[in-house]
Amino acid sequence: MSNINVTTYPEDKIFEESGYDDHFYEHHHGDKYQSSFIGHYIFSMDHKMISKQFLITGIFWAIIGAAMSVIFRLQLGFPEESLAWLKPILGKWIVVNDAGIGKLAPEFYYALVTMHGTILVFFVLTAGLSGTFSNLLIPLQIGARDMASPFLNMLSYWFFFLAGVVMFLSLFVSTGPFAGGWTAYPPLSALPQASSGSGTGMTLWIVSLAFFVVSVLLGGINYVTTVLNLRTKGMTMWRMPLTIWALFITAIIGILSFPVLLSGFFMLMFDRGLGTSFYLNDIFIGGEALDRVGGSPILYQHLFWFLGHPEVYIIILPAMGMVSEVLAVHSRKPIFGYRAMAYSIMAIAFLSFIVWAHHMFMSGLNPFISNFFVVFTLIIAVPSAVKVFNWITTLYGGNIRMVTASLFAIGFVSMFISGGLTGIYLGNSTIDIQMHDTYFVVAHFHIVMGVAAFFGMFAGIYHWFPKMYGRFMNETLGRIHFWGTLICAYAIFWPMHYIGLAGVPRRYYDFSTFDAFKHFEDLNKFITIAAIIAFGLQILFVVNFFYSIFKGKKLTTRNPWHANTLEWTTPIEHLHGNWPGNLPVVYRWAYDYNKDDREYVPQHIKLNENEVDNH
Amino acid sequence: MTLTLENTKENAQRINPQLFGLWIALASITMMFGGFTSAYIVKQAAGNWYNFAIPSYFYVSTVLIILSSLALQYSYNSFVNGEESKYKISLVLSFVLGVIFLVCQYFGWMALYHQGIDLKLNVSSSFLYLIMWAHAAHVIGGLSALIVAMIHAFTLKFKPTVKRKNRYQLVLHYWHYLTILWLVIFGFILFVK
Repeated sequence: MSNINVTTYPEDKIFEESGYDDHFYEHHHGDKYQSSFIGHYIFSMDHKMISKQFLITGIFWAIIGAAMSVIFRLQLGFPEESLAWLKPILGKWIVVNDAGIGKLAPEFYYALVTMHGTILVFFVLTAGLSGTFSNLLIPLQIGARDMASPFLNMLSYWFFFLAGVVMFLSLFVSTGPFAGGWTAYPPLSALPQASSGSGTGMTLWIVSLAFFVVSVLLGGINYVTTVLNLRTKGMTMWRMPLTIWALFITAIIGILSFPVLLSGFFMLMFDRGLGTSFYLNDIFIGGEALDRVGGSPILYQHLFWFLGHPEVYIIILPAMGMVSEVLAVHSRKPIFGYRAMAYSIMAIAFLSFIVWAHHMFMSGLNPFISNFFVVFTLIIAVPSAVKVFNWITTLYGGNIRMVTASLFAIGFVSMFISGGLTGIYLGNSTIDIQMHDTYFVVAHFHIVMGVAAFFGMFAGIYHWFPKMYGRFMNETLGRIHFWGTLICAYAIFWPMHYIGLAGVPRRYYDFSTFDAFKHFEDLNKFITIAAIIAFGLQILFVVNFFYSIFKGKKLTTRNPWHANTLEWTTPIEHLHGNWPGNLPVVYRWAYDYNKDDREYVPQHIKLNENEVDNH
Repeated sequence: MTLTLENTKENAQRINPQLFGLWIALASITMMFGGFTSAYIVKQAAGNWYNFAIPSYFYVSTVLIILSSLALQYSYNSFVNGEESKYKISLVLSFVLGVIFLVCQYFGWMALYHQGIDLKLNVSSSFLYLIMWAHAAHVIGGLSALIVAMIHAFTLKFKPTVKRKNRYQLVLHYWHYLTILWLVIFGFILFVK
């Protein structure tokens, strides 16, 4: 606190004169609030600190999840090479033969694939993405002092942390982590004797995810309540930035879909522990018939995908919201079709609940019922196309600043188009019969909800890093990170479409013994090399991130991007309550860029006489 | 619903955020039970499904939980109107009825069990126990909230402030929700055959 900022900002005067006095500082929580180390950094109830906790925990998991993918890519790209050098890390899961050639144990290959999916979908792209940015942006952009319940907010993080601890422990049990796929279909997940990972590994998996659901629900309840109840004066729903619209709708989807997953998990726990047969029927293990009859594994698939499909929108909507904001700010233009953007978020959210069975076309689903799901699945292309059109139109004719944040936002649009188009193929049940469980599916969902969501997240991190840490990230490293990742992402996933169309199935340990698939050996090598380079580039990002927290270029002004939203009117130094005095009052929407010869007009500036409010 | 206490202008504009948060949580719980009942319907339609008579204990417990809800509403109204003894007595009554409800549920499960209908007999019995246990788990949560309410009632000086009224309202709404949830579940078990 030694270098007190002496710059005076016009907004401080505005807030002092005409801000909204909520009597916040008349209560006694100003001086001593969370002044101890534990209260400030660990069991913090301040939304900005919780946001950093979510982000850094997410980065930790992203490194683990990505490292796992590199290991199984090594197996796929170089099945003949020795992996004995990994023995110090993986121990008994690398089996070294007499000749000194180390092989990845096949059951551990499945464990790696399973954990990669679970970690990336839930811990990184759900908690790490919407957890981070809901916490950071919701109170700051709507003009609130904090979340509706800071205590529940803290619990939300710590339930996530607990889920992480349990999952982390499962990586070290002697029978290995769960290895039946991230969707945990029964019977592999329901019978502890089904495979080595189905025992303790699966028990820890399900306990971890139960904690995770609690975390999502506590967070979501808070986000929705905060957005609906704590907006500052003048911040009507139709003046909210699109980030808030996206995070708000995401939280609603989570609240409605995660409990259904929990129902499915409870039934799975009963099957595992109490001998019921919700999901089990006609099972033979070691030639012996089990006496567990009457259930149906398809029932689990319905419950799982009722969450599972909304889940992909839980992942992508926050990224879409942030991309909308970043693109508008950096192209110095109002977002094109603001209301259409918000309505399409709502339409996508609604449709996400009635398309789940398109993950189950091959499960014996009645073809007439499939038609229903095909139609609604294809309709999702409409709001998605509206969004893509609006992003491109926002960029069109803009005075675009090519900083890392905007590059990633543009990259997001590219990825979303590439991945979205293949979704239209797969949404057709007739084509899905051919494509199901091939690398075409792998390529589709990795591009559209993996890489695209990551690009949205990177755009958000580079854009809001100055708000989070009071410093900038290194631009040169950022650009290397962007261009390298863009090229590698296409180099990894583009060829996968091709081998998928040729029928190469996913989740196979080794293709060298199949005549039909072994001629893709070189392509698999190419993909693996690209994946290793991509991993290295993400490490570069992590280095940049942590280096910049301590040594990055310091922020000298509050609003470095000349943005309109309220978070840039708060002091650079974080303080509890966000604004030192009165709360800002909002007079306009968030996208008055280049309006009436003014380059940007923040939301707290009153309308001039004769000025027409866009909303 | 009476909103007579000293509402400030800001409070009058918007619903109490904590109550709003509770309602969202109730929506979430509803989705969880919706997951169970949907699975129930789907599995029932797939066949291999036993039907059996529902023990009369569950009718008794239905009456008990309705009475408990009414007692709590009476207690809340008395609190708002500043009638201390009515507030305390009916709060305790509501809690006691809630506990007897759970005991009655237990007897109902034992009656099922003695008919030979145990958890593992058939998917239908598994569902029956699962859904009722999940409800009972939420009732235990509600009883904990009632215990906190009773501690407040008997240790704090009686003073119907807005803050305490809002807090009491949270317990009230949750408890009514559990009653309605039980009615829906019980009706579902009786009539979806």
